[in-house]
Amino acid sequence: MSTATTTATHDHSHHDHHAPSGVMRWLTTTNHKDIGTMYLTFALVMFLVGGTMILGVRAELFKPGLQLMKPEFFNQLIGVHALVMIFAALMPAATGFANWMLPLQLGAPDMALPRLNNWGFWLLPPAAILLTAPFTLALFGIGDGAVATGWTLYAPLSVQGGIGVDFAIFSVHLLGISSVLGSINIIVTIFNMRAPGMTLFKMPLFAWGWLITAFLLIATIPVLAGAVTMLLTDRHFGTHFFDAAGGGDPILFQHLFWFFGHPEVYILLLPVWGFIPHILSAFSRKPVYGYKAQVYSFWAIGILSVVVWAHHFFTVGMPVPALLYFMYSTMSISLPLAVLFFCWIATMWKGSMSFETPMLFATGWIILFGIGGLTGLVLADVAADAQYHHSYFVVAHFHYTLFAGGIMGIMAGVYFWLPKMTGYMYSEKLGKLHFWMTAIAFNMTFIPQFFLGLAGMPRRIPDYALQFAEFNMISSIAAFILGLSQLILVYNIVSCVRGKGEKAKDNPWEGAQGLEWTLPSPPPYHSFTEQPVVK
Amino acid sequence: MATETQHYYVPNPSPYPFILSSGLLLLTSGFVFKMNNFAPGVWMMFLGFLCVLYVLFGWFGKVIGESESGQYREWEDKSFRIAMIVFISSEVAFFAAFFGALFFVRNIGIPELAHFDPSLTPYKGFTAIWPSAGPGGMVLGKLYEVAKFEPMKPLGLPAINTMILLTSGLTVTWAHWGLVKDNRRQLILGLFMTVVLGISFLLCQAYEYHHAYTEMGLTLGTGAYGATFFMLTGFHGFHVLLGTIMLTVILLRSINGHFKPNHHFAFEGVAWYWHFVDVVWLLLFVLVYWL
Ligand code: HEM
Ligand SMILES: [Cu+2]
Repeated sequence: MSTATTTATHDHSHHDHHAPSGVMRWLTTTNHKDIGTMYLTFALVMFLVGGTMILGVRAELFKPGLQLMKPEFFNQLIGVHALVMIFAALMPAATGFANWMLPLQLGAPDMALPRLNNWGFWLLPPAAILLTAPFTLALFGIGDGAVATGWTLYAPLSVQGGIGVDFAIFSVHLLGISSVLGSINIIVTIFNMRAPGMTLFKMPLFAWGWLITAFLLIATIPVLAGAVTMLLTDRHFGTHFFDAAGGGDPILFQHLFWFFGHPEVYILLLPVWGFIPHILSAFSRKPVYGYKAQVYSFWAIGILSVVVWAHHFFTVGMPVPALLYFMYSTMSISLPLAVLFFCWIATMWKGSMSFETPMLFATGWIILFGIGGLTGLVLADVAADAQYHHSYFVVAHFHYTLFAGGIMGIMAGVYFWLPKMTGYMYSEKLGKLHFWMTAIAFNMTFIPQFFLGLAGMPRRIPDYALQFAEFNMISSIAAFILGLSQLILVYNIVSCVRGKGEKAKDNPWEGAQGLEWTLPSPPPYHSFTEQPVVK
Repeated sequence: MATETQHYYVPNPSPYPFILSSGLLLLTSGFVFKMNNFAPGVWMMFLGFLCVLYVLFGWFGKVIGESESGQYREWEDKSFRIAMIVFISSEVAFFAAFFGALFFVRNIGIPELAHFDPSLTPYKGFTAIWPSAGPGGMVLGKLYEVAKFEPMKPLGLPAINTMILLTSGLTVTWAHWGLVKDNRRQLILGLFMTVVLGISFLLCQAYEYHHAYTEMGLTLGTGAYGATFFMLTGFHGFHVLLGTIMLTVILLRSINGHFKPNHHFAFEGVAWYWHFVDVVWLLLFVLVYWL
């Protein structure tokens, strides 16, 4: 392998002197770290926005009866909360890490297509505006508020909905373009920008996780775009895709939506599965166990995830063979998932473990995400799902997977890489406080929801029967604690960015492996002007 | 991975992505306002469209300039190629959604609708046939009555359009051979013929649509058949339009002496796109017009 070095050349090599400063730097940047920072900041802001919305919901659910808001507004909060959290918090956070870390981990001068990269980010704020603007417009008498159909946008409800649905449709379009651009960039970077000697099977698992995520996005996001386009034409241009009177079928929408929607849940998690093993390995001071087994499991899950979608609507009336097929295929996902769990635990086995904040989050994550996966198996049982479908049990299930498995995994990554990105250490004490507050409040919020679901409380309903009162009250109180605890996260991040606290070493973690730890903390604006050679 | 030329071109900061996103925000929100009958919608769309146009010219102009001044070598070229393949794959998925919708309504939705227990369905006496515009009934509070319509037939115009697109696939390949052999005349002639064929296809389709609306009683609102027919062929036609515009740009660049036998990603990217559009049409011809 050649030892030649690479320099990232700019069209006028005086770039650093002429680079715009202030706001213009961020509007026009082509630097992967700047873009990564924007993604992560955006994700944090939207995480707080989406969290505030759902606190409104939990406040309404604190007691039976309608107290604070009209049911229509309640529905808007629920739907926009989910769309914001999935598309504007979790996905951008994972993309932010990809931007920051992939070039560092692969030894690349930058992402492969820097201008497209910037476009991918700048589509997000307009999409967020489209999604949330109808709230404000309604105050001025324009339209009747934001999309009130839940994040699933099911027809015929969404065909009948107000202006909020139209805004949501175009928001989804912009988000989709952004995801496709991001995926193109990541696929090209992984295939074409690796340093000499960095073979695919030497890449960090994070790169593998993202590669498969990107493939899934390319295969499924356009289908969602197609589905909402049909929705738009059904609403305004007289088509009958989802209307039985015209020979269409509302269930068609569910098929199209979940063909995207189920892979989406793995899109949200694969990047996290990518970096968690490296955190576990760093704080166990042992190499990652079963690297190849994990890569193959990623592939297996990625492929299976596109053939199981109908488990989201078992109750809709499908032929029995279809029910059985979707049940067994769904359950079979837990096999590769079990391989992953085994590898995570084996990575820690007999290691000399220490529990800094990233490790606390990573280990807590294994347990909580495990509960999410196991309850998924319960739901995948057709007969059981007839009872649990559309109940709070489902809500609890997907918060164990998405809040614990997604967001808390991202938080592990935040604490792991924050010293690298900012050059300063966060306060370990506050980090641990944040973890324990989050973990305890999270369980207190969502364990009661399992019981509520088992007892038959339906989801997405602003009022409920009296026998559900206690569990809802506990859940609401804990949700507020959970929300407030996130201010500790904000404080920790801000104090690192502002350079309070200790300076971080190049490798602040004793056991951390990977190219990114060979660079200074924070890494220079252009990291690998000399391309490293990997042996 | 490149091992020879080890410089990767990282462009300077660029205002275009941000302007493009702002333009799209104006365009989409303006469209929403327009559809819901709020006056400023059209103006927002217009403004947004101007932004998008400005960026199209500016950004592509810049990329063409960079390419012609030799900033892109093998390594960058490979990035563009992978990117184009991934992009076309995403387009395949987009069309798959509409083909999937066609399959679903035809083979699952309509047969089920026809086989409901008559005592439970408002659509009594509906039989499963294809093409179908549905049983008719209430839609969004208004009565939807099934009008008589004549379905599309594969022979005639659609068959001619198939020939046109297949031929255009050949001419663009012939142009490519010319480029590789450094035979500029063949390159330009081949591209010119491809553009002409693309435009003829669009004209035929425009005529077909006009005929459908005025004489066959077939519109976007003709139930499941009209919706799937017009959305599938409409999106395909839109892609042919984009492809023709891109081919025209490539033609003008060729006339201006751009592209070298060993360095012409833009040409190949457009050619790949054109072949993709071609393949989609073949599927349309078989699944929408014929079967
Ligand atoms: C072995 C693993 C899993 C199985 C077997 C499984 C199974 C299921 C089933 C059957 C449902 C539908 C329940 C219903 O609506 O009646 C469901 C809902 C859901 N699952 Fe999972 N799941 C698994 C893992 C995950 C993971 C890893 C995630 C996310 C990262 C996830 C996210 C969701 C979401 C968001 C919903 C509800 C969507 C909605 O209706 O709004 N699941 N799951
Ligand atoms: Cu699923």
